[in-house]
Amino acid sequence: MDQLIQFSYLLASVSFILGLKFLSSPETAPRGMLLSQGGMFIAVVATLLNYGVVSYGMILSGVIIGAALGAVMATKIKMTDMPQMVALLNGFGGLASALVGAAEFFRSQSNLTAYPMITIALTILIGMVTLTGSLVAFAKLQELMKGAPIIFPFQHGLNFLFFISTLALIGYLAFMPAATPAFWALVAISSLLGILVVIPIGGGDMPVVISLLNSYSGMAAAASGFILNNNVLIISGSLVGSAGIILSQLMCKAMNRSLTNVLFGGFGQVTAAPKTPPVSAGSDGGSKPAVPEAAPEVRSGTPQEAAEFFKKAKSVIIVPGYGMAVAQAQHTVKDLAERLEKQGTEVRYAIHPVAGRMPGHMNVLLAEANVPYDKLIDMDEINDDFEDTDVSLVIGANDVVNPGADTDPESPIYGMPILHVDRSKLVMVLKRSMKPGFAGIENELFYKPNTMMIFGDAKGTVEQMAEALK
Amino acid sequence: MLIFSITLFVLATFLGYELISRVPPLLHTPLMSGANAISGITLVGAVLAAGTGEAGISSTLGFLAVIFATINVVGGFMVTSRMLKMFKKGPR
Repeated sequence: MDQLIQFSYLLASVSFILGLKFLSSPETAPRGMLLSQGGMFIAVVATLLNYGVVSYGMILSGVIIGAALGAVMATKIKMTDMPQMVALLNGFGGLASALVGAAEFFRSQSNLTAYPMITIALTILIGMVTLTGSLVAFAKLQELMKGAPIIFPFQHGLNFLFFISTLALIGYLAFMPAATPAFWALVAISSLLGILVVIPIGGGDMPVVISLLNSYSGMAAAASGFILNNNVLIISGSLVGSAGIILSQLMCKAMNRSLTNVLFGGFGQVTAAPKTPPVSAGSDGGSKPAVPEAAPEVRSGTPQEAAEFFKKAKSVIIVPGYGMAVAQAQHTVKDLAERLEKQGTEVRYAIHPVAGRMPGHMNVLLAEANVPYDKLIDMDEINDDFEDTDVSLVIGANDVVNPGADTDPESPIYGMPILHVDRSKLVMVLKRSMKPGFAGIENELFYKPNTMMIFGDAKGTVEQMAEALK
Repeated sequence: MLIFSITLFVLATFLGYELISRVPPLLHTPLMSGANAISGITLVGAVLAAGTGEAGISSTLGFLAVIFATINVVGGFMVTSRMLKMFKKGPR
């Protein structure tokens, strides 16, 4: 029987590997996920055959409750809120692993040796950090708490102290597994640590944080596999662990920042004083050095004026950002694109890797609005095409199109790869006001002669544009 | 036993790295939710912990673990396929 169970675990592992492999193309991806679901089912059913498993009623009721909650979440969630959903799922995964660790601790406390105790303690540490860290990320994304970083003196010192104490507790427990208070102290400090490491990270850095917590939830599962000597847990946990690591790396690269800088930088706090003057400064433009001499004033236009340019345009690139998600404008954007295509204009979408609040956020939103995925072009592929583009339409994006990242060594985002919208013949920027983005950085794009600002709610503006194109 | 587990861990991490490097940015969100569902494999551990039949804190913790792991598995897989269904190729 044990052989059979092990074999089913092997099947499950293979199904997960294939599931991830099939994610390399949108055509094969659904098949891969179906396969992984089958693998998961086999692994769980096989586990029920284990001789140690006797109370089926309890397991079944747990599964029914969990499945009902999971199904409701998965069907109710709006696509714009996907980052919150993923954050929450990360957290639950971490919690589940930590609970498995705690259950094992109390079950075998009387005869625990150092090795299993260490694996349990590590599972608790990673699992609880994942849980509370994800809950803070969730709260920030859901705007239950402010997205701005929370910074206080000696913050890093305090975090370091807490981290060292968790290691000390793990060491202590390795020799004294009977010390239940030490175990609870570990639970408490790990939970606190998870909160403390995420609160100093700003809303715009959420793609990195979510990726990292995704990785942790995998690591927690792998750690619980070490406790139970369970291969499928170790394999799947590590697969997920490396997925999160790759995504965090990609996100960091797309912001030209190191992981350390994201985690400890407190980036996005409202300390950076705007270097360039606000809109009204056109009158005494000469005294403000950061404003290009030739374009001290902002040129703003109405959606109707913009539509006139659209009528003449042969090629349009739409650049969506988090603002599009906030305004829920993806469907109206698609309507506008259809109008343009009907008059013979080529329309494509340029996707910056960190646009939005999680990796791939914009792609999902536009796919939801029925934009075919072959029109969603990654930054590296589309960046050379801006020069030959008549109109670039920037919707709710800011830092990812800031030319200062290329030209201004003083800029906090200097060196970050950007979408070169400023090279197109005309740039239209849809924005609510002249307020800078999350990092408080002024954007010289807004002052360029080939830029036209269109103020207002993105959704309303795009609707009016589409209307004017009728 | 320990060295065997570590071997698996290291090899699977490398394998994961190779596999996931090939996932296009287009699918990064479904990748995250799908990976999330896969990390719900901890349900296997939860079933083992909940099913011992012993009364007490351990099986209660196991029961809770089953609930949360199942949310992860069911929620993760369902939301992933919901997203993947939306990705359509344009008429060419």
